[in-house]
Amino acid sequence: MLKRLLQCVRQYKRDSILAPVIISGEVLLEVLMPWIMAKIIDNGITPGNMEYIWKMGLLLILCCAASLACGALAGKYAASASTGLGRNIRKDLYYNVQNFSFHNIDKFSTAGIVTRLTTDVTRIQESYQMIIRTAVRSPFMLISSVVMAFTINWKLAFVFLAAIPILGIGLYFIITHAHPVFERVFKTYDKLNRVVQENLYGIRVVKSFVREEHETKKFKEVSDSIYKDFVYAERLLAFNGPLMQFCSYGCMLLISWFGARLIVLGGETAMTTGELTGMFTYVMQILMSLMMLSMIMVMVTMSKASAERIVELLDEKPTIRNPEHPVMEVENGEIVFRNVEFSYSEKSEKPCLSNINLHIHSGQTIGIIGGTGSAKSTLVQMIPRLYDVTKGEVLVGGRNVREYDLEVLRNSVAMVLQKNVLFSGTVKENLRWGNPDATDEEMIHACRLAQAHDFIMDFSDGYDTHIEQGGRNVSGGQKQRLCIARALLKKPKILILDDSTSAVDTKTDTLIRKAFREEIPDTTKLIIAQRVASVEDADLIIVMEDGKVDAIGTHAQLLESNEIYREVYTSQLKGGDDDANTEQ
Amino acid sequence: MRTPNNNRPPKGARMKGAGAKDGKKTIKRLLSYLMAYKFSIFAMLVCIIVSSLAGVVGNMFLRTLIDDYITPLMTQENPVFTGLLQALATMAVVYFLGILSTWFCNFTMVTVSQGVQKTIRDEMFAHMQTLPVQYFDTHTHGEIMSHYTNDIDTLRQMISQSIPQMISSAITVVAVFSAMCVTSLPMTGFVILTVIGMMAVTAFIGGRSGKYFVEQQKSIGQLNGYIEEMVDGQKVVQVFCHEAAAKADFDKCNDELFHNAKQAHTFANILMPIMGNMGHLQFALLAMFGGFLAISGISPGLTLGSIVSFLQLSKSFNMPITQISQQINSIVMALAGAERIFALLDVQSEADDGYVTLVNAEYNANGELMEAQSRTGIWAWKHPHKDGTVTYTLLRGDVRMNEVDFAYVPDKLVLHDISLYAEPGQKVAFVGATGAGKTTITNLINRFYDIADGKIRYDDININKIKKSDLRHSLGVVLQDVNLFTGTVMENIRYGRLDATDEECIAAAKLANAHGFIEMLPEKYNTVLEGDGSGLSQGQRQLISIARAAVADPPVMILDEATSSIDTRTEALVQRGMDGLMKGRTVFVIAHRLSTVQNSDVIMVLDHGHIIEKGTHDQLIAQKGNYYRLYTGAFELD
Repeated sequence: MLKRLLQCVRQYKRDSILAPVIISGEVLLEVLMPWIMAKIIDNGITPGNMEYIWKMGLLLILCCAASLACGALAGKYAASASTGLGRNIRKDLYYNVQNFSFHNIDKFSTAGIVTRLTTDVTRIQESYQMIIRTAVRSPFMLISSVVMAFTINWKLAFVFLAAIPILGIGLYFIITHAHPVFERVFKTYDKLNRVVQENLYGIRVVKSFVREEHETKKFKEVSDSIYKDFVYAERLLAFNGPLMQFCSYGCMLLISWFGARLIVLGGETAMTTGELTGMFTYVMQILMSLMMLSMIMVMVTMSKASAERIVELLDEKPTIRNPEHPVMEVENGEIVFRNVEFSYSEKSEKPCLSNINLHIHSGQTIGIIGGTGSAKSTLVQMIPRLYDVTKGEVLVGGRNVREYDLEVLRNSVAMVLQKNVLFSGTVKENLRWGNPDATDEEMIHACRLAQAHDFIMDFSDGYDTHIEQGGRNVSGGQKQRLCIARALLKKPKILILDDSTSAVDTKTDTLIRKAFREEIPDTTKLIIAQRVASVEDADLIIVMEDGKVDAIGTHAQLLESNEIYREVYTSQLKGGDDDANTEQ
Repeated sequence: MRTPNNNRPPKGARMKGAGAKDGKKTIKRLLSYLMAYKFSIFAMLVCIIVSSLAGVVGNMFLRTLIDDYITPLMTQENPVFTGLLQALATMAVVYFLGILSTWFCNFTMVTVSQGVQKTIRDEMFAHMQTLPVQYFDTHTHGEIMSHYTNDIDTLRQMISQSIPQMISSAITVVAVFSAMCVTSLPMTGFVILTVIGMMAVTAFIGGRSGKYFVEQQKSIGQLNGYIEEMVDGQKVVQVFCHEAAAKADFDKCNDELFHNAKQAHTFANILMPIMGNMGHLQFALLAMFGGFLAISGISPGLTLGSIVSFLQLSKSFNMPITQISQQINSIVMALAGAERIFALLDVQSEADDGYVTLVNAEYNANGELMEAQSRTGIWAWKHPHKDGTVTYTLLRGDVRMNEVDFAYVPDKLVLHDISLYAEPGQKVAFVGATGAGKTTITNLINRFYDIADGKIRYDDININKIKKSDLRHSLGVVLQDVNLFTGTVMENIRYGRLDATDEECIAAAKLANAHGFIEMLPEKYNTVLEGDGSGLSQGQRQLISIARAAVADPPVMILDEATSSIDTRTEALVQRGMDGLMKGRTVFVIAHRLSTVQNSDVIMVLDHGHIIEKGTHDQLIAQKGNYYRLYTGAFELD
């Protein structure tokens, strides 16, 4: 997992290596400085040697400057390396999502992808910075401080050896006990946020059913559990500070005692006052590095979950890929389904589509009708290879869809999705999705076919009108017509409308179909609809029921022979035809 | 969320202020929450003082050690260490007290900070439940959510970290400063000069870093927005082979974020080495200055020990000062957060002066309506009068509106002169374009919004006199935008009536024609729905929400585009079930599809807040007006 993330470092490898290397220099200087300070006290201040003080003081200032330069430089490299890593991970993630098939997209929710790309990446970025800045610094500081302490006075330095395990074990104990509780608390936190969020979204439901108290109770339960867990975990953490104090104060006292004796009694391991103060500084440095190390450990384990989520998305293999020697042209709009079976998941017992056999000639208009969940959308999504069939084969223009280059296939098979989306930008920009090089004339032509031209011209800025995210500032019917125009700009061989005129009035709906018939007669048209009126003039109507083709025929034939079709028809006994009856 | 009406006041118009406007008031109010823990807080204060002093004493001890023990001992022939041992023992006691205080302080702090946080959190949620719908229409979810996440968190941080650290830092600064003054005035002056310099540098770099952090935040927002829009439309991207362009646009946002984040982090990272090395620099300069003072004899009485301990003191002086400057920022932020939380708590709750309540009822032997103790299937309005008598009115579901005008924002009327009579058992339908005011009418019936007295009467009772919760209990509402809650399918259906048995829930599901697909779910009725039932289709979610309303078994039902995502055949089945349930009760239907409303007793055609046509399907068709044109498809809805 770690390896996978490190692959994203790429051009920031230099910075990632330089940062810890330079930091090592900074650490050396930082360890050296207390030693110089000790020298100043012993050889300068104590004997009153002003010249020495000046000399060593200047050296100290030099060290300061060098250490400052190192620190700043390292900081810069660390910033560049970590934010660079974040940038690369985001890029890799997003690029991979672009290669996703519908199947992959279904697996991750929008929110799931967005969180991975934002919060999770930020967390990893922060951990990475922490690691390159302190993961080298702290152990190095620890070791060099211990070495320095031993150099000053090896006897006294043994005091550390007693303190380090105490602190280490103590921290280990605290972290291992508190960490799982924190993990749990964060999960509960998500739950709390979820309760608030659902409450906000459903506030009208809550109020309509007078469930305010029920909701408050639900919230309080989660809130209570957070409180309990947090108090427990933080109480454990409350030992951190005192433990650290215990060790450092303990060391100070011991060093004071033994140090004083060594200074006064002299002998083989005699030491000086300056060295004593140096010793104190090293105590602090050693204990601080240990503290930092434990913090890194906590941070790294906390970001583990984020790393896992990111790698999961990074490693998600697109289920649909281009063939090795793709066919680069779709000959015509003929569609054949041969014994097609399809399931969204391998686990599902019942296939979504089964035993589908169809032969649609180029240029035909096909209506598809069926109840909610009858797999109408699933059926047509096999044609531009948005999903791969589980069994059987789908042929377009006489070739299996798997043989085509994906882009070629999808440009020839234009599909207006049921849940369609307009993007923020002008009308023109949205239309250009269909064809980036479309001229104004081509756009206007497509919009005329989709009966969108007139209302676009009614907008204050015409084709340059700004569409808000998701197309919020146009009505449902207008949005659908813009989506159809966008698809038409591809000049496709096959056009699929998946319930794409449901919000368009019947008259306009009829005009659109008439335009299709007259202007693009060679294009195969598949129209999924709820309204019988939208499909009744089709060459053939397919009635879907429960993932199977229930019947195929013309309007008249089906009305005669198919019960489902008849039922749908009578359930919406519609408009213009029967107003004669009501007037009687 | 869908905005069913474009006449609503704009959402999220409020800007978030960075700083607190009335700090004093906010602090006072915050203190009132802390007062619940006054003994703990007092004990904590004592502990902070003890532990800070222990730290300071520890620092000063070095001087005593050198001047009072080591130096004199070195001159002795046979040094006696008992004095030193005693001093060390005293120090050990001081240190021990310090450690103990630190621990006690930390330990108590957890209870206080978490307790206050929990109290405010719970209060906030409970209060939020009482707010009028208008509040939710005028505030974005993100805005409200951030009170529960960011604002509360900064508050907790302030209570548990910033304030204690401020106090402890202040005590340390004062103690160290006085110790420094006692040791050497000239050197103290020197330290102050360097500290001022350090603070200036910190302020400068911190400012630069802050500027880029703001930029970074902006870029993050932009990138998030872009990702969200594109990922949401990812299927469209695929269908149009738009991947390359999507990548290029993404790279632009991503690179900008990278640039700003890099700058922000660079400045932030540089700050630490600067602070550290400025401390070292100060040490070097102090040593030279101190050495000069001692040797030149300008400052007599400046002993070796005092210089050494002064050097040590100066180190403990820098740290708390930088800490204070850092904490001030977070305290200001937390106060602003607290102010926002209090603003939410201060929003007026939904007014409810209703005194007419809904009770179960039964007829006694004399044929009079009486209150019943258990569910009887008959409801009555219990109407207490001023003279102490109580009358019971049978709940029939008779709703009348009388010349109602309504505006969400003053001067922008969305309903004009609406009058309607819905008699018990009638099915009343509203038809009209988006923004015509259909949903607004139902919002007035269940009093999500209030209007002037007496214009809406329910069973001939002024609805302003009916207790809101009872009024809403008598109305079942199914909205187009279905909101399900995380939990099992069964729990979601039971939301309609909490004491409904499993059998009743299943019966309701059968009625709503939802039983069939629920049985197909992996765990049937025990399938856990997550993320607003994202695994289900819109139509299936609507069926569940209809079952939820059906189990509540209300006398009056409002169906606001309740079947819009269900195919016409299934809709016909659902409608048959609902018709059975609602026999003799009043139903309001808002629908897009005219086939849904055809069999209504009255159809009201709304246009820009006016009722322009009214009548049965046949009458309206005969009129050949707007309804006729809608019906024949010459007119576009939505």
